Amino acid sequence: MVDKSLELFDCGHRACGGCGPALLARLILKGTGENVIVVASTGCMEVFSTPYPETAWKVPWIHSLFENAAAVASGVEASLKHNNRTEKVVCICGDGATFDIGMLCISGAFERGHDITYICYDNEAYMNTGIQRSGATPYDASTTTSPAGRLSTGNSLPKKDLPPQILNAHGASYVATASVAYPMDVMKKVEKAVNTPGACYIQVHTPPCSTGWGGFDGSKTIEIAKQAIECGLWVNYEMENGELTAAKKVRRIPVETYLKAQKRFRHLFKPQAVTEEIAKIQAIADANAKKYGIDIERNE
Amino acid sequence: MALRIGCAAAPGRAQDNKTGSWRVFMPVVDMEKCILCGTCVLICPETAVSDKDGQILFDLDFCKGCGVCARECRAEAITMIQEEK
Ligand SMILES: Cc1ncc(C[n+]2csc(CCOP(=O)(O)OP(=O)(O)O)c2C)c(N)n1
Ligand code: SF4
Ligand code: SF4
Ligand SMILES: [Mg+2]
Repeated sequence: MVDKSLELFDCGHRACGGCGPALLARLILKGTGENVIVVASTGCMEVFSTPYPETAWKVPWIHSLFENAAAVASGVEASLKHNNRTEKVVCICGDGATFDIGMLCISGAFERGHDITYICYDNEAYMNTGIQRSGATPYDASTTTSPAGRLSTGNSLPKKDLPPQILNAHGASYVATASVAYPMDVMKKVEKAVNTPGACYIQVHTPPCSTGWGGFDGSKTIEIAKQAIECGLWVNYEMENGELTAAKKVRRIPVETYLKAQKRFRHLFKPQAVTEEIAKIQAIADANAKKYGIDIERNE
Repeated sequence: MALRIGCAAAPGRAQDNKTGSWRVFMPVVDMEKCILCGTCVLICPETAVSDKDGQILFDLDFCKGCGVCARECRAEAITMIQEEK
């Protein structure tokens, strides 16, 4: 067990108040402990934590490009192995870096089976460059490249189901999802992943991006993150060697509660409710609930 | 010829940047209500809360006043108050 009281992500970083990814950076390092090398892609977390010559990281940390963190991590791991060193190698990358531009390098690293842990912090768009949609942006969210308006209800494609469909297909030994709403669970899953041999993947929901999701103040980070889980639009689960081994059960609330609080979905409620679109989003949550068996039955 | 690429920064240099100056509201804890559960210590995105000798302490050099600690405290022991500057 690592000493979880160690603070390896320092104060003084420039994230927005109540930033989910900033909290996640702290939690990840509590899960890995000191014996780690972090590889980061370009994105909010890299920008707010390392404006030269400042850095909030108290562990070795390397930034390369937007698209190649998994390739850099592969090289770091191969070199450590060659030199009989014991550091864990962890990638921490945004959803744009993971779902879209970095997929080539991720596929290579997982195919070769490097002993790395790849963590995607999922704020559901390219936030650092001004809220463009990514493959992780949910259906109907309004972003600067999927703006809602007279002819559009926002992002026209559903969120890519990346962890089970793509990472498991690569034979990843451990694939998990987590959320900053449950910090202990994040630390536990990170610790498990870095101690599992081979390439592992964790995707962490990091609401809210108060800038990119909008409509609520930064104090609601954990509250909104919990609602995403309670409505079934986000599921916390674990998969080991391709098999689902755990999923967090909930008594589900309607998706409206979660959507209504956020500016990126406001067009679904104002000037009047777009019921057929809300029904489509509810159907996504229902499908998630069925797929992962998360509903707590009445008599349970 | 040595060809240098990249640059390095000393660990923890971010502490040069006193983000406490961003704050509008300041957290204040009522230790009569606090049950010392440690939630606020764990969830502060700024690493600005600590508990020492049964006291909850806020590092006002870095606390941005986001209010996450106050909202998540199940004992409702933390209030955000407007700060006189
Ligand atoms: C090859 C390349 N294309 C575009 C960019 C510009 N860019 C920097 S960060 C970023 C978005 C990052 O999105 P994400 O990975 O989701 O991280 P976030 O900012 O949301 O935390 C983009 C497009 C870049 N740095 N490199
Ligand atoms: S969250 Fe509230 S009760 Fe728990 S330690 Fe902090 S102030 Fe005390
Ligand atoms: S107000 Fe925000 S930054 Fe300040 S101590 Fe509470 S959680 Fe940390
Ligand atoms: Mg993003």
